[in-house]
Amino acid sequence: MTSVLEVQDLKISFPVEGGGRMFPVDGVSFSLDRGETLALVGESGCGKSLTSLALLRLVPPPGRIEPGSAIRLGDTEVLDLEGEALRRIRGKRIGMIFQDPMTSLNPVFTVGDQISEGVRAHLPVSRREARDRALHLLQEVGIPDPVSRLDAYPHQLSGGMRQRVMIAIALSAEPEILVADEPTTALDVTVQAQILEVLDRLRASRGMAVLLITHDLGIVAGRADRVAVMYAGQIVEEARTAMLFARPSHPYTQGLFASMPRLYGPVERLRPIRGSVPRPSAWPSGCRFRPRCPQAFAQSETMPPLLPLGPEHRMRCWLAETERS
Amino acid sequence: MSPFGAAIRAAARDTRGRAGLTFLSLLLLLALLAPAVLPDPAAQPDPLGASNLPPSLLHPFGTDPLSRDLLSRVVTGARVSLAVAFLAVALSITLGALVGVAAGYLGDTVDTALMRLVDGALAIPRLFLLLLVLAVWERVPVLMLVVFIGTTGWFGTSRLVRAEVLRIREESFIRAAEALGARRRRIIFRHLLPNAVGPLLVAATLGVGDVILVEAGLSFLGLGVQPPTPSWGGMILDAKSVLVTAPWNAIFPGLAILGTVLSANLVSDALRDAVDPGSA
Repeated sequence: MTSVLEVQDLKISFPVEGGGRMFPVDGVSFSLDRGETLALVGESGCGKSLTSLALLRLVPPPGRIEPGSAIRLGDTEVLDLEGEALRRIRGKRIGMIFQDPMTSLNPVFTVGDQISEGVRAHLPVSRREARDRALHLLQEVGIPDPVSRLDAYPHQLSGGMRQRVMIAIALSAEPEILVADEPTTALDVTVQAQILEVLDRLRASRGMAVLLITHDLGIVAGRADRVAVMYAGQIVEEARTAMLFARPSHPYTQGLFASMPRLYGPVERLRPIRGSVPRPSAWPSGCRFRPRCPQAFAQSETMPPLLPLGPEHRMRCWLAETERS
Repeated sequence: MSPFGAAIRAAARDTRGRAGLTFLSLLLLLALLAPAVLPDPAAQPDPLGASNLPPSLLHPFGTDPLSRDLLSRVVTGARVSLAVAFLAVALSITLGALVGVAAGYLGDTVDTALMRLVDGALAIPRLFLLLLVLAVWERVPVLMLVVFIGTTGWFGTSRLVRAEVLRIREESFIRAAEALGARRRRIIFRHLLPNAVGPLLVAATLGVGDVILVEAGLSFLGLGVQPPTPSWGGMILDAKSVLVTAPWNAIFPGLAILGTVLSANLVSDALRDAVDPGSA
């Protein structure tokens, strides 16, 4: 497999009031293969959305990507790009879907206009051709009666329809990578499944790679090929999806599973993870999960690296050394 | 329906808005048709015998000291006043929108520089600025008058637009457009400005009333539209000497100013309620 995207040691910092900087994203590395879906899972505040914005260099100021980070898109180093070259990456190589379809569409233009915008930002086509493409894209994302929807304003569509339109927009310039930041969080459960279905179908038909960012382990099962779990600005466990669900190993991942209600099996009390997510301005020293970890031990006071557990399975916990054997 | 059309329609459904729009459209229609249906405003049928005639069937608004038909002059004055008002407002709204967007979207140094400039400009009374320029210019061409009034009227608008842009900039559709690789120009003209159209419309209609008053004031002081071109302010100036003996000379242009400014403000009120129901 060839990787289309390689992120290495990504660090994003923000100035702290009173001097110094904090690192809400602190050394994230992952790669994304062609046609693959990688899920980036974590609670709010763990840095997953910021990571996705960094891929397009959209980290809001005064935040900045620290030197030493690398984001390679094929042969291109995204962090070296400026101006027009950077613009050509956005939408063209990496398409992006945002969380809230209610506010991610411009209320004053028709759906057709907004899809055409993406087409025309990157491809040398006429207004007419762009409109034809828009129509085709609406069909592709499964919008009924696309001809009349083309001239609809966003407020005339339901949430699910808007998210489909967002997907159509993200696909308008035929990107190799689609980044979906919590694409279904704002939607009804029944609609969630449909949207994920659409994403999966498009990934397969276009050979696109998908980076699925979510806080919901439930939607990861069966959709993603691999999962990376994030906690406090770092990836803490990474595995193929089936492996992660069969053998969650990092105490944080185990905690996530234990706090999720199950449909099958014996009825148990949900066991929430005690404490709350630390703030980026005050990451704990050593292992960042240490203050909340039921299995913390002396060694946890130094920060563990990502340690191998098995084939394509790594975790940021010293316990890996004993478990492996 | 586009939000622009929607705002106009909503304003027209409102009683105040409808009254204002009706008055303004009638005035505009009359002003456009004036040359065809009314006697030449410069005509002096009988320079001595027909001066200062009270309103009659032949001269519904009476005649002025120079025997000219006042109805013709009021309506022709509307052509001048409305043209000056619309052009000057178009100019000031454009300037205000551009400066406001630049300050709000580009931020940082640009924002600080532009807004301090505006603060400074707002500290000087507009009429004073205009008097200063116009006092040294003996016979100001109407087009220059438009330019002066337009370039001194955008300060408030730019602040309004900036505030609106700061709000819209945080909307996720702006980030979505950036993520899509939209060019900066496109983000400004397609995503920021159209979403600020409501407050701009309100500012524009308010501006029309303002400019009519400013122009009338300047013309009354003899610094605005120059005779023989009729303007409402200038007509009231002419009426000063005969205010007691032939008051219709001042009353009709005065009513025209009142009606127009009132209408513009009514439309503005209705628009404000239509685009921002919360602030009613």
